[in-house]
Amino acid sequence: MNRALMLILLTLLVALATAIAPFVGALPECVQRDGLRAGATLSKIFWDLRVPRVLMAALAGAALAVSGMTFQAVFRNSLAEPFTLGVASGASLGAAVYTHLGLAFSLFWIPGMSWFAFAGAVLAILLVFGLTRVRPGFSGATLLLAGVAINFCFSSLILFLQYRSDFTQSYVILRWMMGGLSNVVRYDDVLTVLPLAVVGTLIVLYLTHELNLIATGEDLAASRGVEVNRTKIVLFFAVSLMVGAVVAACGPIGFVGLMAPHICRLLIGPDHRYLTPATLLFGAAFLVACDTLARTVMPPAELPVGILTSLLGGPFFLWLLLARSPQGEVL
Amino acid sequence: MIDRSAENAVFEINRFSLCLGKKEILRDVSFAVYRGEYLSIVGPNGAGKTTLLRCFDRLLLGGMGWIRLFGRPLEEYRRKELARRVAYVPQADARLFPFTVEQFVVMGRYPYLTPFSSIDRGGRQAVREALDVTGTRPFAERRLDTLSGGERQKVYIAAALAQQADVLLLDEPTTFLDYRHQAEIRDLLARVKERSGTTIVSVTHDLNQAALDSDRLVALCDGSVAFCGTPGEIMRPDVLQRIYRTPFLLVDHPRAKLPVIVPRTPETQP
Repeated sequence: MNRALMLILLTLLVALATAIAPFVGALPECVQRDGLRAGATLSKIFWDLRVPRVLMAALAGAALAVSGMTFQAVFRNSLAEPFTLGVASGASLGAAVYTHLGLAFSLFWIPGMSWFAFAGAVLAILLVFGLTRVRPGFSGATLLLAGVAINFCFSSLILFLQYRSDFTQSYVILRWMMGGLSNVVRYDDVLTVLPLAVVGTLIVLYLTHELNLIATGEDLAASRGVEVNRTKIVLFFAVSLMVGAVVAACGPIGFVGLMAPHICRLLIGPDHRYLTPATLLFGAAFLVACDTLARTVMPPAELPVGILTSLLGGPFFLWLLLARSPQGEVL
Repeated sequence: MIDRSAENAVFEINRFSLCLGKKEILRDVSFAVYRGEYLSIVGPNGAGKTTLLRCFDRLLLGGMGWIRLFGRPLEEYRRKELARRVAYVPQADARLFPFTVEQFVVMGRYPYLTPFSSIDRGGRQAVREALDVTGTRPFAERRLDTLSGGERQKVYIAAALAQQADVLLLDEPTTFLDYRHQAEIRDLLARVKERSGTTIVSVTHDLNQAALDSDRLVALCDGSVAFCGTPGEIMRPDVLQRIYRTPFLLVDHPRAKLPVIVPRTPETQP
């Protein structure tokens, strides 16, 4: 299918999802009982709770999907994404440290929690990247194992922080680790993620030619004129910004960065000039849909969306692992 | 026929040594490659052939001594500028992104692009020629990961040709290919050299092919230059034995005026 048409369809999909999603959801009993008289409450629920939450879902989905796509190209590994490489747990650790220390500050309008999460994401990426540098010919499987190991380390550090925290802090960290959008209740939350996500995405969009070339191999990219190391550093910075911002606001929401780019590659092909906008749009629509499902599947309780995406992502991951061609790690 | 004066040099490498970790891979290497020349780098396994080729495209940094490209120190080139001068065809890699052949060849135009820009008319023309000259047009729409080894090698060369560089560096272009594909790749390289006067530097293990195809050969042994000269000079049992430390049996090629190596019969117990 024509790639431009596909991008238009994906844009419509996002518009449709974000337009419908705020109308869906459980209502408090008082509203159901009082019917029309509850118009003011209804409008408050709609505008002050659901709309910001849907906007945040779209933003987080887009940022996570683009991050996953970037990791897959840079590490040339179809299973790389913020969650599997331990970058999301790095960001979580940063945010948990912030919560544990009981800090409350903001810098350039961005809350301190986002900066701490950003620092955690940078730390995790440096660890993964450093490990790929230690031994040349670091294979795809080893990269993922390194990610698993980093995940373990950061998770145990988070548990340690929880153990050391008081009951309230501990509960805050636990709930937030499940990865959900239920703590997003204000437009302010959306506005704190927006600038970092936009900057990160713009950087990736600026480097789509380079992403294509790096995906074909580092030597080949360098011999075609790409400043490989500099490009990688800039891309890692962009991804850290995006993952840090999203994780600080919503907790680690896994596998969006795995599923969205793969589905988009099937829809529009591997050329990052088209794949990046497609992944961005699809990721947004996907997380909006997942979150809508998560908060309606067992009313009046609202399931954290991270549980749902991991439930979908786990089997997807296994399918990718088994569907690989026997000769090599083909994407 | 090839002008081997200093001002016609493409690459000049002088007293170049390189260590990776604690191991010295290249030791005091000096020679030059001239415009329009086909130069093969041969030598035993682990002699540093691929390392040297990678140094020529600045894929490996550091080292003592210097390398000059068209009279300018290699490290002074910006990466894109270097890519317009030198194209590199690496050894086959099993990890392939599912790009189509055409998408991959178009990427050879990267050194001529600016961000957000697309390939221009001149670029399209270069891609078309690269596809035609390599005979890869019939499968231009196929995905890289569905190609055979021989087809893939042609596509890699096509992408390097689309780059329109003055020098083509090839790392074992015919290794692992069957006889037909070996012949096709060799014909292709001869055509490229003939048509556009491209300078070719190729690392290979096949001495017969190297001797028949190249103007000159450089043999590396334990990181240093053990031989530098014409095919006629290297195809002698004593010279070959000194490089490879094993006896050789040579016969005259029926067409070319050049001895070629024939495999020895296995030694049997008396």
